[in-house]
Amino acid sequence: MSPPQEAVSAAVTRVARQERGRLVALLAGRFGDLDLADESVQDAFEEALRTWPERGVPDQPAAWLMTVAGRKAIDRTRRAASARRRTLAAAPELQLDPPAYEEAPAMVIDQAGIRDDQLRLVLLCCHPALSPEAQVALTLRLVGGLTTAEIAAAYVLPEATVAQRVVRAKRKISAARIPFVIPAAVDDRIEAVLQVLYLVFNEGYLTHGTTSAASIRVDLTDEAIRLNALMVELAPDSGECRGLLALQLFHRARLAARLDRHGDLVLLDDQDRSRWDLPGIEAANRVLGEALAARPGPFGAFTLQAVIAGFHANARTSADTDWTGIVTAYDQLLALRPSPVVALNRAVAIAMADGPRVGLRLLEQIEGLERYHLWQAARAELMLRAGDPRGAAEAFHRAHSLATNPAELRHLERRIAALPELDDDRLLSETFPPL
Amino acid sequence: MEYLLLIASDETDQPHPGSPGFDDWMGAWMAYNQQLVDGGHFVAGASLQPTATATTVRKTAGAGQIVDGPFAETKEQIGGFYVISAADLDEALRLAEGLPIPKGSVEVRPLAVRPDA
Repeated sequence: MSPPQEAVSAAVTRVARQERGRLVALLAGRFGDLDLADESVQDAFEEALRTWPERGVPDQPAAWLMTVAGRKAIDRTRRAASARRRTLAAAPELQLDPPAYEEAPAMVIDQAGIRDDQLRLVLLCCHPALSPEAQVALTLRLVGGLTTAEIAAAYVLPEATVAQRVVRAKRKISAARIPFVIPAAVDDRIEAVLQVLYLVFNEGYLTHGTTSAASIRVDLTDEAIRLNALMVELAPDSGECRGLLALQLFHRARLAARLDRHGDLVLLDDQDRSRWDLPGIEAANRVLGEALAARPGPFGAFTLQAVIAGFHANARTSADTDWTGIVTAYDQLLALRPSPVVALNRAVAIAMADGPRVGLRLLEQIEGLERYHLWQAARAELMLRAGDPRGAAEAFHRAHSLATNPAELRHLERRIAALPELDDDRLLSETFPPL
Repeated sequence: MEYLLLIASDETDQPHPGSPGFDDWMGAWMAYNQQLVDGGHFVAGASLQPTATATTVRKTAGAGQIVDGPFAETKEQIGGFYVISAADLDEALRLAEGLPIPKGSVEVRPLAVRPDA
């Protein structure tokens, strides 16, 4: 009895997500050729789509695919070798590198070896010599097992654009000989991988639930978390892999409360915390605990951000938030990565801990954010709390003129509409006492 | 595998012969060069005369037009090059990072044709 075509497609998609990256890594490791590995795994999946409807899905689909992909790789190598011989006979001056192998390399599968191959593959996909867009596309395609169509849909790009990014990146890897290795300075390179996964997660987070087509789109937040969990497995000594995973898990646990039923942004303060995913927060807490235990510190930037997200996620009400703890984490983050935006967030946390006037003073000291809408919005909120609605109104309007994201624009419009009438000065200090 | 290191930096930053710092500067280059030779990486290389000596032949529709100056006027000028032999891009990038220029950029490009093949 043969399974229906849709069931086979679903099975192939499922196996692709789970196993494709591992298969490519394994073949690339054995053959030393990423493009050959990717093409051969693709051949194997196409053969699965052709033959599984008749013969049924094999008991061990991954092993079946590995065998077929290995055979395809050897076929491709032989074809390339004979093409080379023909070229050589016609034009001996075109002798290129000799083929590295003529026979099938031993397909001994050991788990540690597979993990190393997978780590090599993900490091290669996120090599700094490739553009950030190419790193994202390659990682989702080769490590994550997504199709170019799925990646294109997730990023709302034409499929040809994504396909071209993958092809160009693979060409550069081969032409410039970007190596398939675990380098000595592996921490920096893992950092680069985490940056890519951070970007993927953010893309998913920002677009989450904002499109009616979301159900047919790959959820990039889930993909980033899946790949991040893989990184934790591949680089167990890296605290930052766990730090970023915890950060993503905290954010995902709060996703449902982030937009209201009109699709408008709900600020952390105003979110309905009963809609937060408590088991998700517990899972994030566990991973964060592991990240903090991974080494005595100083902690990395993702771990510190996870600590901050954890303080928020574990506060049962907005008023319960441990702002002093958050300020301490921001102090460390600012020392590690000095940036005006981190300074802005730290100033807001200090305002929550020590009052709006202290926060405002710090905000005003940060240079270079005059044209950053969130700086203006933060000033506006703190001025309002400090009893200066006139200043707040001006800052809200500036923020509005600088913002571009539609959800953020709507939020600012609501804040402006909610401002008190400015005619009666006496009312103001009573309505808005300093915190 | 062979790579071209195209070295660009602000040529006005270079110390003149006899000026303080010149000997150190020259010494750093000699040491770098020797390191390439000792490591078996050196294939070719030269430093260039300043861009004031450059002439560009600009070709449009097959006809050559001769103009004064380098092909691009930028804050950084190509001051020299190496062709090095390296196992892979990572090694080439490491060697490029070791170049004794305090500021500037190095374009690392694989050679399309292997002269020894």
